[in-house]
Amino acid sequence: MAATNRTGIVPYLQAAPLALVFLLFLVVPLAFIVVVSFWTYDNYQIQPAFTVQNYADVFDRCIARLPTLCTTFRTYVSTLGFALRVWVLTLLIGFAIAYFLAFEVRSKAIQSVLFLICTIPFWTSNVIRMISWIPLLGREGLVNRTLMGLGVVDQPVEWLLYSGFSVTLTFVHLFTFFMVVPIYNSMLRIDRSLIEAARDAGASGWQILWNVVVPLSKTGIAIGSIFVLTIVMGDFVTVGLMGGQQIASVGKTIQTEISYLQFPIAAANAVVLLATVLLIVFALLRVVDIRKEL
Amino acid sequence: MGDKRSRAFWPLAIFFSLFVLFLYGPTLTVLILSFQGPEGGLTFPMNGVSTHWFGVLWQGLGVVDVWAAFGRSFRLGLVVTVLTVVISVLAGLAFRRRFRGSTLLFYTAIASLILPSIAVSLGIALEFRIFDDFVKAYGLGGAGYQSSMGLFTSALGAHLTWTLPFGLLVMFAVFNRFDPAYEEAARDLGATPRQTFRYVVLPIIAPYLVGVALFGFTLSWDEIARTSQAVGGPNTLPLELQGLTTTVTTPAIYALGTLTTAVSFLVIALTLGTGLFLRARRMRGASDAGKGTL
Repeated sequence: MAATNRTGIVPYLQAAPLALVFLLFLVVPLAFIVVVSFWTYDNYQIQPAFTVQNYADVFDRCIARLPTLCTTFRTYVSTLGFALRVWVLTLLIGFAIAYFLAFEVRSKAIQSVLFLICTIPFWTSNVIRMISWIPLLGREGLVNRTLMGLGVVDQPVEWLLYSGFSVTLTFVHLFTFFMVVPIYNSMLRIDRSLIEAARDAGASGWQILWNVVVPLSKTGIAIGSIFVLTIVMGDFVTVGLMGGQQIASVGKTIQTEISYLQFPIAAANAVVLLATVLLIVFALLRVVDIRKEL
Repeated sequence: MGDKRSRAFWPLAIFFSLFVLFLYGPTLTVLILSFQGPEGGLTFPMNGVSTHWFGVLWQGLGVVDVWAAFGRSFRLGLVVTVLTVVISVLAGLAFRRRFRGSTLLFYTAIASLILPSIAVSLGIALEFRIFDDFVKAYGLGGAGYQSSMGLFTSALGAHLTWTLPFGLLVMFAVFNRFDPAYEEAARDLGATPRQTFRYVVLPIIAPYLVGVALFGFTLSWDEIARTSQAVGGPNTLPLELQGLTTTVTTPAIYALGTLTTAVSFLVIALTLGTGLFLRARRMRGASDAGKGTL
Protein backbone atom coordinates (compact mmCIF):
# COMPACT_ATOMS: atom_id res chain seq x y z
CA MET A 1 0.00 0.00 0.00
CA ALA A 2 2.16 2.77 -1.33
CA ALA A 3 -0.38 5.52 -0.78
CA THR A 4 -0.59 5.11 2.98
CA ASN A 5 2.99 5.14 4.17
CA ARG A 6 2.06 8.01 6.42
CA THR A 7 0.23 6.45 9.38
CA GLY A 8 -1.99 9.37 10.32
CA ILE A 9 -4.53 9.40 13.08
CA VAL A 10 -7.01 6.96 11.53
CA PRO A 11 -5.59 3.65 12.85
CA TYR A 12 -5.42 5.10 16.35
CA LEU A 13 -9.09 6.05 16.22
CA GLN A 14 -9.95 2.61 14.86
CA ALA A 15 -7.99 0.81 17.56
CA ALA A 16 -9.20 3.09 20.36
CA PRO A 17 -12.42 1.25 21.32
CA LEU A 18 -10.55 -2.06 21.61
CA ALA A 19 -7.77 -0.45 23.62
CA LEU A 20 -10.31 1.26 25.86
CA VAL A 21 -12.17 -1.98 26.64
CA PHE A 22 -8.93 -3.77 27.52
CA LEU A 23 -7.74 -0.83 29.58
CA LEU A 24 -10.97 -0.61 31.59
CA PHE A 25 -11.71 -4.30 31.98
CA LEU A 26 -8.34 -6.01 31.88
CA VAL A 27 -5.35 -3.78 32.57
CA VAL A 28 -6.82 -1.65 35.38
CA PRO A 29 -8.50 -4.68 37.03
CA LEU A 30 -5.20 -6.61 36.98
CA ALA A 31 -3.44 -3.59 38.44
CA PHE A 32 -6.06 -3.48 41.20
CA ILE A 33 -5.43 -7.15 41.97
CA VAL A 34 -1.75 -6.43 42.49
CA VAL A 35 -2.49 -3.34 44.59
CA VAL A 36 -5.19 -4.93 46.74
CA SER A 37 -2.99 -7.97 47.39
CA PHE A 38 -1.00 -5.64 49.67
CA TRP A 39 -4.06 -4.26 51.46
CA THR A 40 -5.66 -5.39 54.69
CA TYR A 41 -9.24 -6.27 55.43
CA ASP A 42 -11.65 -6.60 58.30
CA ASN A 43 -15.07 -8.19 58.21
CA TYR A 44 -16.65 -6.20 55.41
CA GLN A 45 -14.14 -3.64 54.30
CA ILE A 46 -10.89 -3.66 52.42
CA GLN A 47 -8.43 -1.09 53.66
CA PRO A 48 -5.54 0.53 51.78
CA ALA A 49 -2.24 -0.46 53.39
CA PHE A 50 1.07 -1.94 52.47
CA THR A 51 1.47 -5.35 54.02
CA VAL A 52 2.87 -8.63 52.79
CA GLN A 53 0.70 -10.46 55.32
CA ASN A 54 -1.59 -11.81 52.57
CA TYR A 55 1.32 -13.47 50.82
CA ALA A 56 2.56 -14.78 54.15
CA ASP A 57 -0.91 -16.26 54.68
CA VAL A 58 -0.93 -17.85 51.23
CA PHE A 59 2.44 -19.50 51.87
CA ASP A 60 1.81 -20.13 55.55
CA ARG A 61 4.63 -22.40 56.80
CA CYS A 62 5.09 -23.74 53.27
CA ILE A 63 8.89 -23.71 53.41
CA ALA A 64 9.27 -24.65 57.06
CA ARG A 65 7.15 -27.76 56.76
CA LEU A 66 8.80 -29.21 53.67
CA PRO A 67 8.91 -31.99 52.60
CA THR A 68 5.31 -32.09 53.92
CA LEU A 69 3.29 -29.99 51.52
CA CYS A 70 1.30 -27.05 52.84
CA THR A 71 -2.23 -26.41 51.58
CA THR A 72 -1.14 -24.01 48.86
CA PHE A 73 1.56 -26.33 47.51
CA ARG A 74 -0.82 -29.29 47.67
CA THR A 75 -3.41 -27.33 45.71
CA TYR A 76 -0.84 -26.33 43.10
CA VAL A 77 0.45 -29.88 42.78
CA SER A 78 -3.10 -31.13 42.30
CA THR A 79 -3.95 -28.40 39.75
CA LEU A 80 -0.68 -28.88 37.86
CA GLY A 81 -1.39 -32.62 37.84
CA PHE A 82 -4.73 -32.03 36.15
CA ALA A 83 -3.13 -29.56 33.73
CA LEU A 84 -0.46 -32.09 32.77
CA ARG A 85 -2.87 -35.02 32.32
CA VAL A 86 -5.33 -32.94 30.32
CA TRP A 87 -2.53 -31.48 28.23
CA VAL A 88 -1.15 -34.90 27.26
CA LEU A 89 -4.61 -36.28 26.45
CA THR A 90 -5.85 -33.27 24.48
CA LEU A 91 -2.56 -33.08 22.60
CA LEU A 92 -2.65 -36.74 21.52
CA ILE A 93 -6.35 -36.67 20.61
CA GLY A 94 -6.20 -33.19 19.07
CA PHE A 95 -3.17 -34.06 16.96
CA ALA A 96 -4.73 -37.27 15.66
CA ILE A 97 -8.00 -35.52 14.78
CA ALA A 98 -6.24 -32.59 13.11
CA TYR A 99 -3.98 -34.99 11.18
CA PHE A 100 -6.97 -36.99 9.97
CA LEU A 101 -8.76 -33.84 8.79
CA ALA A 102 -5.74 -32.21 7.18
CA PHE A 103 -4.03 -35.19 5.54
CA GLU A 104 -6.42 -38.11 5.24
CA VAL A 105 -9.61 -36.37 4.13
CA ARG A 106 -9.19 -35.53 0.47
CA SER A 107 -12.17 -33.35 -0.40
CA LYS A 108 -12.00 -29.73 0.75
CA ALA A 109 -15.76 -29.62 1.28
CA ILE A 110 -15.83 -32.73 3.48
CA GLN A 111 -12.82 -31.37 5.35
CA SER A 112 -14.73 -28.19 6.18
CA VAL A 113 -17.89 -30.02 7.19
CA LEU A 114 -16.02 -32.41 9.50
CA PHE A 115 -14.09 -29.50 11.00
CA LEU A 116 -17.36 -27.68 11.64
CA ILE A 117 -18.75 -30.79 13.35
CA CYS A 118 -15.79 -30.67 15.74
CA THR A 119 -16.25 -26.98 16.52
CA ILE A 120 -20.04 -26.72 16.97
CA PRO A 121 -20.02 -28.09 20.55
CA PHE A 122 -17.63 -25.27 21.45
CA TRP A 123 -20.50 -22.87 20.79
CA THR A 124 -22.83 -24.60 23.25
CA SER A 125 -22.96 -24.33 27.02
CA ASN A 126 -20.09 -25.81 29.02
CA VAL A 127 -22.32 -26.39 32.06
CA ILE A 128 -24.75 -28.43 29.96
CA ARG A 129 -21.86 -30.40 28.51
CA MET A 130 -20.66 -31.05 32.07
CA ILE A 131 -23.96 -32.18 33.56
CA SER A 132 -24.61 -34.35 30.52
CA TRP A 133 -22.02 -36.77 31.94
CA ILE A 134 -24.10 -37.34 35.07
CA PRO A 135 -26.64 -39.76 33.52
CA LEU A 136 -23.72 -41.68 32.02
CA LEU A 137 -21.28 -41.83 34.92
CA GLY A 138 -23.49 -41.73 38.03
CA ARG A 139 -24.04 -44.63 40.45
CA GLU A 140 -27.20 -45.54 38.54
CA GLY A 141 -25.74 -44.32 35.27
CA LEU A 142 -25.48 -46.00 31.93
CA VAL A 143 -21.85 -47.09 32.36
CA ASN A 144 -22.44 -48.68 35.76
CA ARG A 145 -25.61 -50.42 34.56
CA THR A 146 -23.77 -51.81 31.55
CA LEU A 147 -20.80 -52.97 33.61
CA MET A 148 -23.08 -54.66 36.16
CA GLY A 149 -25.26 -56.12 33.43
CA LEU A 150 -22.19 -57.68 31.83
CA GLY A 151 -21.11 -58.98 35.24
CA VAL A 152 -17.82 -57.09 35.14
CA VAL A 153 -18.49 -55.61 38.57
CA ASP A 154 -20.93 -56.46 41.40
CA GLN A 155 -21.04 -52.99 42.94
CA PRO A 156 -21.47 -49.70 41.08
CA VAL A 157 -18.08 -48.16 40.37
CA GLU A 158 -17.85 -45.08 42.59
CA TRP A 159 -14.91 -43.28 41.04
CA LEU A 160 -16.62 -42.55 37.74
CA LEU A 161 -18.38 -39.38 38.87
CA TYR A 162 -17.36 -36.55 41.23
CA SER A 163 -13.78 -37.71 41.08
CA GLY A 164 -10.45 -36.84 39.52
CA PHE A 165 -11.47 -39.12 36.68
CA SER A 166 -14.66 -37.22 35.81
CA VAL A 167 -12.85 -33.88 36.11
CA THR A 168 -10.12 -35.01 33.68
CA LEU A 169 -12.67 -36.54 31.32
CA THR A 170 -14.73 -33.32 31.26
CA PHE A 171 -11.67 -31.15 30.66
CA VAL A 172 -10.71 -33.33 27.70
CA HIS A 173 -14.30 -33.23 26.48
CA LEU A 174 -14.50 -29.45 26.68
CA PHE A 175 -11.06 -28.34 25.60
CA THR A 176 -9.75 -30.72 22.93
CA PHE A 177 -11.26 -28.09 20.60
CA PHE A 178 -8.49 -25.69 21.61
CA MET A 179 -5.89 -28.20 20.40
CA VAL A 180 -7.62 -29.29 17.20
CA VAL A 181 -8.10 -25.79 15.76
CA PRO A 182 -4.53 -24.42 15.91
CA ILE A 183 -2.88 -27.74 15.00
CA TYR A 184 -5.26 -28.19 12.05
CA ASN A 185 -4.49 -24.63 10.99
CA SER A 186 -0.73 -25.33 11.06
CA MET A 187 -1.12 -28.59 9.19
CA LEU A 188 -3.12 -26.98 6.37
CA ARG A 189 -0.13 -24.77 5.65
CA ILE A 190 2.34 -27.63 5.31
CA ASP A 191 3.50 -27.87 1.73
CA ARG A 192 2.39 -31.31 0.53
CA SER A 193 5.44 -31.64 -1.72
CA LEU A 194 7.63 -31.84 1.41
CA ILE A 195 5.86 -35.02 2.38
CA GLU A 196 6.20 -36.41 -1.12
CA ALA A 197 9.88 -35.55 -1.08
CA ALA A 198 10.31 -37.36 2.22
CA ARG A 199 8.50 -40.38 0.83
CA ASP A 200 10.61 -40.35 -2.35
CA ALA A 201 13.70 -40.20 -0.18
CA GLY A 202 12.54 -43.44 1.44
CA ALA A 203 11.07 -42.24 4.72
CA SER A 204 8.53 -44.51 6.39
CA GLY A 205 5.12 -43.25 7.49
CA TRP A 206 6.26 -42.79 11.08
CA GLN A 207 9.45 -41.05 10.01
CA ILE A 208 7.45 -38.58 7.89
CA LEU A 209 5.12 -37.98 10.83
CA TRP A 210 7.90 -37.43 13.34
CA ASN A 211 10.47 -35.62 11.19
CA VAL A 212 8.24 -33.59 8.86
CA VAL A 213 4.68 -33.20 10.13
CA VAL A 214 5.35 -32.76 13.84
CA PRO A 215 8.09 -30.10 13.48
CA LEU A 216 5.98 -28.16 10.97
CA SER A 217 2.94 -28.31 13.29
CA LYS A 218 4.99 -26.96 16.18
CA THR A 219 3.27 -23.58 16.19
CA GLY A 220 -0.19 -25.07 16.37
CA ILE A 221 0.89 -27.45 19.10
CA ALA A 222 2.36 -24.59 21.13
CA ILE A 223 -0.72 -22.37 20.74
CA GLY A 224 -3.06 -25.24 21.64
CA SER A 225 -0.90 -26.10 24.64
CA ILE A 226 -0.99 -22.51 25.88
CA PHE A 227 -4.79 -22.50 25.70
CA VAL A 228 -5.31 -25.84 27.40
CA LEU A 229 -2.72 -25.35 30.15
CA THR A 230 -3.86 -21.85 31.06
CA ILE A 231 -7.55 -22.78 31.10
CA VAL A 232 -7.02 -25.80 33.33
CA MET A 233 -4.68 -23.88 35.65
CA GLY A 234 -7.31 -21.21 36.35
CA ASP A 235 -10.42 -23.37 36.26
CA PHE A 236 -12.88 -23.50 39.11
CA VAL A 237 -16.18 -24.29 37.40
CA THR A 238 -15.29 -27.73 36.00
CA VAL A 239 -13.34 -28.85 39.05
CA GLY A 240 -16.18 -27.67 41.28
CA LEU A 241 -19.04 -29.24 39.36
CA MET A 242 -17.42 -32.48 38.22
CA GLY A 243 -15.37 -32.92 41.38
CA GLY A 244 -18.50 -32.72 43.54
CA GLN A 245 -17.00 -29.62 45.23
CA GLN A 246 -14.52 -32.02 46.92
CA ILE A 247 -11.42 -31.48 44.81
CA ALA A 248 -9.15 -28.51 45.46
CA SER A 249 -7.91 -26.24 42.70
CA VAL A 250 -6.21 -22.87 42.70
CA GLY A 251 -9.19 -21.20 41.03
CA LYS A 252 -11.60 -22.70 43.55
CA THR A 253 -9.47 -21.47 46.43
CA ILE A 254 -9.68 -17.93 45.07
CA GLN A 255 -13.41 -18.26 44.49
CA THR A 256 -13.97 -19.44 48.08
CA GLU A 257 -11.94 -16.56 49.48
CA ILE A 258 -13.95 -14.08 47.41
CA SER A 259 -17.20 -15.58 48.70
CA TYR A 260 -15.96 -14.88 52.25
CA LEU A 261 -15.14 -11.33 51.10
CA GLN A 262 -11.45 -11.91 51.87
CA PHE A 263 -10.50 -9.86 48.82
CA PRO A 264 -6.86 -9.07 49.67
CA ILE A 265 -5.91 -12.70 50.26
CA ALA A 266 -7.86 -13.72 47.15
CA ALA A 267 -5.90 -11.05 45.27
CA ALA A 268 -2.60 -12.39 46.62
CA ASN A 269 -3.58 -15.87 45.49
CA ALA A 270 -4.57 -14.49 42.08
CA VAL A 271 -1.18 -12.80 41.73
CA VAL A 272 0.57 -16.10 42.45
CA LEU A 273 -1.70 -17.86 39.93
CA LEU A 274 -1.07 -15.19 37.28
CA ALA A 275 2.68 -15.49 37.82
CA THR A 276 2.49 -19.27 37.45
CA VAL A 277 0.42 -19.05 34.27
CA LEU A 278 2.69 -16.39 32.75
CA LEU A 279 5.70 -18.57 33.51
CA ILE A 280 4.11 -21.46 31.60
CA VAL A 281 3.20 -19.17 28.70
CA PHE A 282 6.68 -17.68 28.41
CA ALA A 283 8.19 -21.15 28.48
CA LEU A 284 5.95 -22.16 25.57
CA LEU A 285 6.54 -18.89 23.70
CA ARG A 286 10.23 -19.71 23.61
CA VAL A 287 9.20 -22.48 21.24
CA VAL A 288 7.22 -20.27 18.89
CA ASP A 289 6.48 -16.71 17.78
CA ILE A 290 2.70 -16.37 17.60
CA ARG A 291 2.56 -13.01 15.85
CA LYS A 292 4.54 -14.39 12.91
CA GLU A 293 1.99 -17.11 12.37
CA LEU A 294 -1.16 -15.03 12.00
CA MET B 1 0.36 -38.60 -2.99
CA GLY B 2 -0.91 -41.88 -4.35
CA ASP B 3 -4.53 -42.46 -5.23
CA LYS B 4 -4.78 -45.28 -2.75
CA ARG B 5 -5.93 -44.38 0.76
CA SER B 6 -3.07 -44.63 3.21
CA ARG B 7 -3.04 -47.45 5.73
CA ALA B 8 -3.71 -44.93 8.47
CA PHE B 9 -7.01 -43.80 6.93
CA TRP B 10 -9.41 -46.33 8.39
CA PRO B 11 -8.00 -46.43 11.93
CA LEU B 12 -8.04 -42.64 11.98
CA ALA B 13 -11.52 -42.50 10.49
CA ILE B 14 -12.75 -44.81 13.25
CA PHE B 15 -10.93 -42.70 15.85
CA PHE B 16 -12.54 -39.57 14.42
CA SER B 17 -16.01 -41.15 14.58
CA LEU B 18 -15.45 -42.13 18.21
CA PHE B 19 -14.31 -38.59 18.94
CA VAL B 20 -17.49 -37.16 17.41
CA LEU B 21 -19.52 -39.63 19.46
CA PHE B 22 -17.60 -38.51 22.55
CA LEU B 23 -18.35 -34.86 21.69
CA TYR B 24 -22.04 -35.24 21.00
CA GLY B 25 -23.07 -38.39 22.88
CA PRO B 26 -23.45 -36.93 26.38
CA THR B 27 -25.41 -33.92 25.10
CA LEU B 28 -27.72 -36.30 23.26
CA THR B 29 -28.45 -38.18 26.50
CA VAL B 30 -29.50 -34.89 28.11
CA LEU B 31 -31.70 -34.16 25.12
CA ILE B 32 -33.34 -37.59 25.37
CA LEU B 33 -33.71 -37.53 29.16
CA SER B 34 -35.39 -34.11 29.11
CA PHE B 35 -38.38 -35.90 27.55
CA GLN B 36 -38.49 -38.27 30.54
CA GLY B 37 -41.96 -39.30 31.77
CA PRO B 38 -43.42 -37.57 34.87
CA GLU B 39 -42.34 -40.50 37.10
CA GLY B 40 -38.87 -40.75 35.59
CA GLY B 41 -35.61 -39.76 37.23
CA LEU B 42 -32.25 -38.26 36.34
CA THR B 43 -30.90 -41.38 34.66
CA PHE B 44 -32.00 -44.08 32.26
CA PRO B 45 -34.26 -45.98 31.85
CA MET B 46 -36.83 -43.68 30.31
CA ASN B 47 -40.06 -43.93 32.25
CA GLY B 48 -42.34 -43.05 29.39
CA VAL B 49 -42.02 -40.09 27.06
CA SER B 50 -43.51 -36.71 27.85
CA THR B 51 -42.95 -32.97 27.77
CA HIS B 52 -43.83 -32.88 31.48
CA TRP B 53 -40.48 -31.42 32.55
CA PHE B 54 -40.69 -28.59 30.05
CA GLY B 55 -44.03 -27.75 31.72
CA VAL B 56 -42.33 -27.80 35.11
CA LEU B 57 -39.61 -25.54 33.71
CA TRP B 58 -42.22 -23.20 32.24
CA GLN B 59 -43.63 -22.65 35.73
CA GLY B 60 -40.17 -21.78 37.02
CA LEU B 61 -37.72 -23.72 39.16
CA GLY B 62 -38.27 -22.95 42.82
CA VAL B 63 -36.95 -19.60 44.00
CA VAL B 64 -34.98 -18.98 40.84
CA ASP B 65 -36.73 -17.00 38.13
CA VAL B 66 -35.32 -18.89 35.15
CA TRP B 67 -37.14 -16.79 32.57
CA ALA B 68 -35.88 -13.49 33.94
CA ALA B 69 -32.36 -14.91 33.80
CA PHE B 70 -33.05 -16.12 30.26
CA GLY B 71 -34.08 -12.59 29.26
CA ARG B 72 -31.06 -11.01 30.96
CA SER B 73 -28.62 -13.36 29.24
CA PHE B 74 -30.31 -12.81 25.89
CA ARG B 75 -30.22 -9.02 26.12
CA LEU B 76 -26.63 -9.05 27.33
CA GLY B 77 -25.72 -11.45 24.51
CA LEU B 78 -27.17 -9.12 21.89
CA VAL B 79 -25.32 -6.09 23.24
CA VAL B 80 -22.08 -8.08 23.45
CA THR B 81 -22.58 -9.29 19.86
CA VAL B 82 -23.06 -5.80 18.42
CA LEU B 83 -20.12 -4.35 20.36
CA THR B 84 -17.88 -7.31 19.48
CA VAL B 85 -18.57 -6.96 15.75
CA VAL B 86 -18.12 -3.18 15.65
CA ILE B 87 -15.01 -3.04 17.84
CA SER B 88 -13.39 -6.05 16.11
CA VAL B 89 -13.92 -4.63 12.61
CA LEU B 90 -12.51 -1.25 13.58
CA ALA B 91 -9.51 -2.86 15.27
CA GLY B 92 -9.07 -5.23 12.33
CA LEU B 93 -8.86 -2.21 9.99
CA ALA B 94 -6.41 -0.50 12.34
CA PHE B 95 -4.10 -3.52 12.44
CA ARG B 96 -3.73 -3.50 8.65
CA ARG B 97 -1.35 -0.64 9.12
CA ARG B 98 1.57 -0.38 11.45
CA PHE B 99 0.85 1.99 14.30
CA ARG B 100 2.53 2.81 17.56
CA GLY B 101 1.52 0.36 20.26
CA SER B 102 0.06 -2.17 17.84
CA THR B 103 2.25 -4.96 19.19
CA LEU B 104 1.35 -4.08 22.76
CA LEU B 105 -2.36 -4.02 21.91
CA PHE B 106 -2.07 -7.37 20.13
CA TYR B 107 -0.40 -9.02 23.09
CA THR B 108 -2.97 -7.47 25.44
CA ALA B 109 -5.69 -9.15 23.39
CA ILE B 110 -3.86 -12.50 23.59
CA ALA B 111 -3.39 -11.99 27.32
CA SER B 112 -7.10 -11.32 27.66
CA LEU B 113 -7.75 -14.66 26.04
CA ILE B 114 -5.43 -16.78 28.15
CA LEU B 115 -5.23 -15.15 31.57
CA PRO B 116 -7.24 -17.07 34.18
CA SER B 117 -10.86 -15.96 34.11
CA ILE B 118 -11.14 -16.06 37.88
CA ALA B 119 -8.39 -13.43 38.12
CA VAL B 120 -9.96 -11.19 35.45
CA SER B 121 -13.32 -11.53 37.18
CA LEU B 122 -11.86 -10.72 40.60
CA GLY B 123 -10.04 -7.72 39.16
CA ILE B 124 -13.20 -6.28 37.65
CA ALA B 125 -15.07 -6.86 40.91
CA LEU B 126 -12.33 -5.04 42.85
CA GLU B 127 -12.27 -2.18 40.35
CA PHE B 128 -16.00 -1.60 40.70
CA ARG B 129 -15.97 -2.03 44.49
CA ILE B 130 -13.20 0.50 44.90
CA PHE B 131 -15.03 2.85 42.52
CA ASP B 132 -18.20 2.42 44.61
CA ASP B 133 -16.32 3.11 47.84
CA PHE B 134 -14.87 6.23 46.27
CA VAL B 135 -18.26 7.47 45.06
CA LYS B 136 -19.86 6.80 48.45
CA ALA B 137 -17.01 8.40 50.38
CA TYR B 138 -17.44 11.64 48.48
CA GLY B 139 -21.22 11.40 48.23
CA LEU B 140 -21.09 11.70 44.45
CA GLY B 141 -23.83 9.22 43.65
CA GLY B 142 -26.63 10.75 45.71
CA ALA B 143 -28.38 9.20 48.69
CA GLY B 144 -29.75 6.11 46.97
CA TYR B 145 -26.45 5.05 45.39
CA GLN B 146 -25.80 1.32 45.81
CA SER B 147 -23.31 0.03 43.29
CA SER B 148 -22.07 0.63 39.78
CA MET B 149 -21.74 -3.12 39.24
CA GLY B 150 -24.34 -4.66 37.00
CA LEU B 151 -25.26 -6.54 33.89
CA PHE B 152 -24.47 -3.75 31.44
CA THR B 153 -21.44 -2.37 33.22
CA SER B 154 -19.13 -4.87 34.91
CA ALA B 155 -20.62 -8.05 33.39
CA LEU B 156 -20.64 -6.51 29.91
CA GLY B 157 -16.98 -5.57 30.31
CA ALA B 158 -16.11 -9.06 31.55
CA HIS B 159 -17.82 -10.60 28.50
CA LEU B 160 -16.04 -8.28 26.09
CA THR B 161 -12.63 -9.29 27.46
CA TRP B 162 -13.56 -12.84 26.41
CA THR B 163 -15.30 -12.22 23.05
CA LEU B 164 -13.09 -9.47 21.59
CA PRO B 165 -9.89 -11.56 21.28
CA PHE B 166 -11.83 -14.14 19.25
CA GLY B 167 -13.36 -11.38 17.12
CA LEU B 168 -9.94 -9.84 16.56
CA LEU B 169 -8.36 -13.17 15.56
CA VAL B 170 -11.15 -13.74 13.01
CA MET B 171 -10.56 -10.24 11.60
CA PHE B 172 -6.82 -10.97 11.33
CA ALA B 173 -7.60 -14.10 9.35
CA VAL B 174 -9.96 -12.11 7.11
CA PHE B 175 -7.68 -9.17 6.38
CA ASN B 176 -4.65 -11.40 5.83
CA ARG B 177 -6.42 -12.79 2.78
CA PHE B 178 -7.92 -9.47 1.72
CA ASP B 179 -6.64 -8.22 -1.59
CA PRO B 180 -5.95 -4.44 -1.32
CA ALA B 181 -6.32 -4.19 -5.10
CA TYR B 182 -10.10 -3.86 -4.61
CA GLU B 183 -9.65 -0.77 -2.47
CA GLU B 184 -7.07 0.69 -4.82
CA ALA B 185 -9.46 0.19 -7.71
CA ALA B 186 -12.23 1.93 -5.78
CA ARG B 187 -9.89 4.79 -4.90
CA ASP B 188 -8.75 5.11 -8.48
CA LEU B 189 -12.38 5.38 -9.53
CA GLY B 190 -12.75 8.30 -7.16
CA ALA B 191 -14.40 6.69 -4.12
CA THR B 192 -13.92 8.42 -0.78
CA PRO B 193 -12.50 6.27 2.05
CA ARG B 194 -16.01 6.08 3.52
CA GLN B 195 -17.46 4.90 0.18
CA THR B 196 -14.62 2.44 -0.28
CA PHE B 197 -15.41 0.89 3.08
CA ARG B 198 -19.17 0.89 2.65
CA TYR B 199 -19.38 -0.39 -0.94
CA VAL B 200 -16.20 -2.41 -1.36
CA VAL B 201 -14.67 -3.63 1.90
CA LEU B 202 -17.84 -4.25 3.90
CA PRO B 203 -19.62 -6.45 1.32
CA ILE B 204 -16.47 -8.56 0.96
CA ILE B 205 -15.93 -9.11 4.68
CA ALA B 206 -19.65 -9.38 5.58
CA PRO B 207 -19.79 -13.22 5.58
CA TYR B 208 -16.94 -13.33 8.08
CA LEU B 209 -18.53 -10.69 10.30
CA VAL B 210 -21.32 -13.18 10.75
CA GLY B 211 -18.66 -15.48 12.21
CA VAL B 212 -17.54 -12.75 14.60
CA ALA B 213 -21.17 -12.25 15.65
CA LEU B 214 -21.48 -15.98 16.25
CA PHE B 215 -18.49 -15.92 18.58
CA GLY B 216 -19.86 -12.82 20.28
CA PHE B 217 -23.27 -14.21 21.06
CA THR B 218 -22.50 -17.84 21.89
CA LEU B 219 -19.47 -17.07 24.04
CA SER B 220 -21.51 -14.50 25.97
CA TRP B 221 -24.57 -16.75 26.21
CA ASP B 222 -22.54 -19.50 27.90
CA GLU B 223 -20.02 -17.46 29.84
CA ILE B 224 -19.61 -18.32 33.53
CA ALA B 225 -16.06 -17.93 34.76
CA ARG B 226 -15.55 -14.23 34.01
CA THR B 227 -19.10 -13.26 34.88
CA SER B 228 -19.11 -15.10 38.20
CA GLN B 229 -17.55 -12.40 40.38
CA ALA B 230 -18.34 -9.44 38.13
CA VAL B 231 -22.08 -9.80 37.63
CA GLY B 232 -23.10 -7.76 40.65
CA GLY B 233 -26.80 -8.26 41.25
CA PRO B 234 -29.03 -10.64 39.29
CA ASN B 235 -27.33 -13.65 37.69
CA THR B 236 -27.12 -14.61 34.04
CA LEU B 237 -28.68 -17.87 32.85
CA PRO B 238 -25.50 -20.01 32.90
CA LEU B 239 -24.78 -18.88 36.46
CA GLU B 240 -28.32 -19.76 37.55
CA LEU B 241 -27.96 -23.06 35.74
CA GLN B 242 -24.71 -23.80 37.53
CA GLY B 243 -26.44 -23.14 40.86
CA LEU B 244 -29.44 -25.25 39.89
CA THR B 245 -27.30 -28.31 39.17
CA THR B 246 -26.89 -28.83 42.90
CA THR B 247 -30.45 -27.99 44.00
CA VAL B 248 -32.68 -29.36 41.24
CA THR B 249 -32.74 -33.14 41.20
CA THR B 250 -35.40 -33.70 38.55
CA PRO B 251 -35.16 -33.91 34.75
CA ALA B 252 -36.39 -30.27 34.70
CA ILE B 253 -32.69 -29.36 34.76
CA TYR B 254 -32.23 -31.37 31.53
CA ALA B 255 -35.22 -29.55 30.03
CA LEU B 256 -33.45 -26.29 30.77
CA GLY B 257 -30.26 -27.75 29.29
CA THR B 258 -32.10 -28.79 26.14
CA LEU B 259 -33.61 -25.33 25.88
CA THR B 260 -30.31 -23.41 26.19
CA THR B 261 -28.63 -25.81 23.78
CA ALA B 262 -31.52 -25.26 21.37
CA VAL B 263 -30.94 -21.50 21.56
CA SER B 264 -27.22 -22.04 20.87
CA PHE B 265 -27.95 -24.29 17.91
CA LEU B 266 -30.57 -21.89 16.55
CA VAL B 267 -28.05 -19.06 16.67
CA ILE B 268 -25.35 -21.22 15.05
CA ALA B 269 -27.71 -22.32 12.28
CA LEU B 270 -28.97 -18.79 11.68
CA THR B 271 -25.51 -17.28 11.50
CA LEU B 272 -24.02 -20.04 9.35
CA GLY B 273 -27.06 -19.77 7.07
CA THR B 274 -26.68 -16.00 6.84
CA GLY B 275 -22.95 -16.38 6.18
CA LEU B 276 -23.54 -18.84 3.34
CA PHE B 277 -26.31 -16.63 1.93
CA LEU B 278 -24.08 -13.55 1.94
CA ARG B 279 -21.28 -15.47 0.28
CA ALA B 280 -23.56 -16.90 -2.37
CA ARG B 281 -24.95 -13.44 -3.07
CA ARG B 282 -21.46 -12.06 -3.37
CA MET B 283 -20.45 -14.83 -5.75
CA ARG B 284 -23.51 -14.20 -7.88
CA GLY B 285 -22.83 -10.50 -8.02
CA ALA B 286 -19.09 -10.93 -8.22
CA SER B 287 -18.70 -10.80 -11.95
CA ASP B 288 -20.80 -9.45 -14.74
CA ALA B 289 -18.48 -10.75 -17.42
CA GLY B 290 -20.31 -12.01 -20.47
CA LYS B 291 -23.63 -10.63 -19.34
CA GLY B 292 -23.61 -7.67 -21.64
CA THR B 293 -23.54 -4.06 -20.65
CA LEU B 294 -27.17 -3.03 -21.00
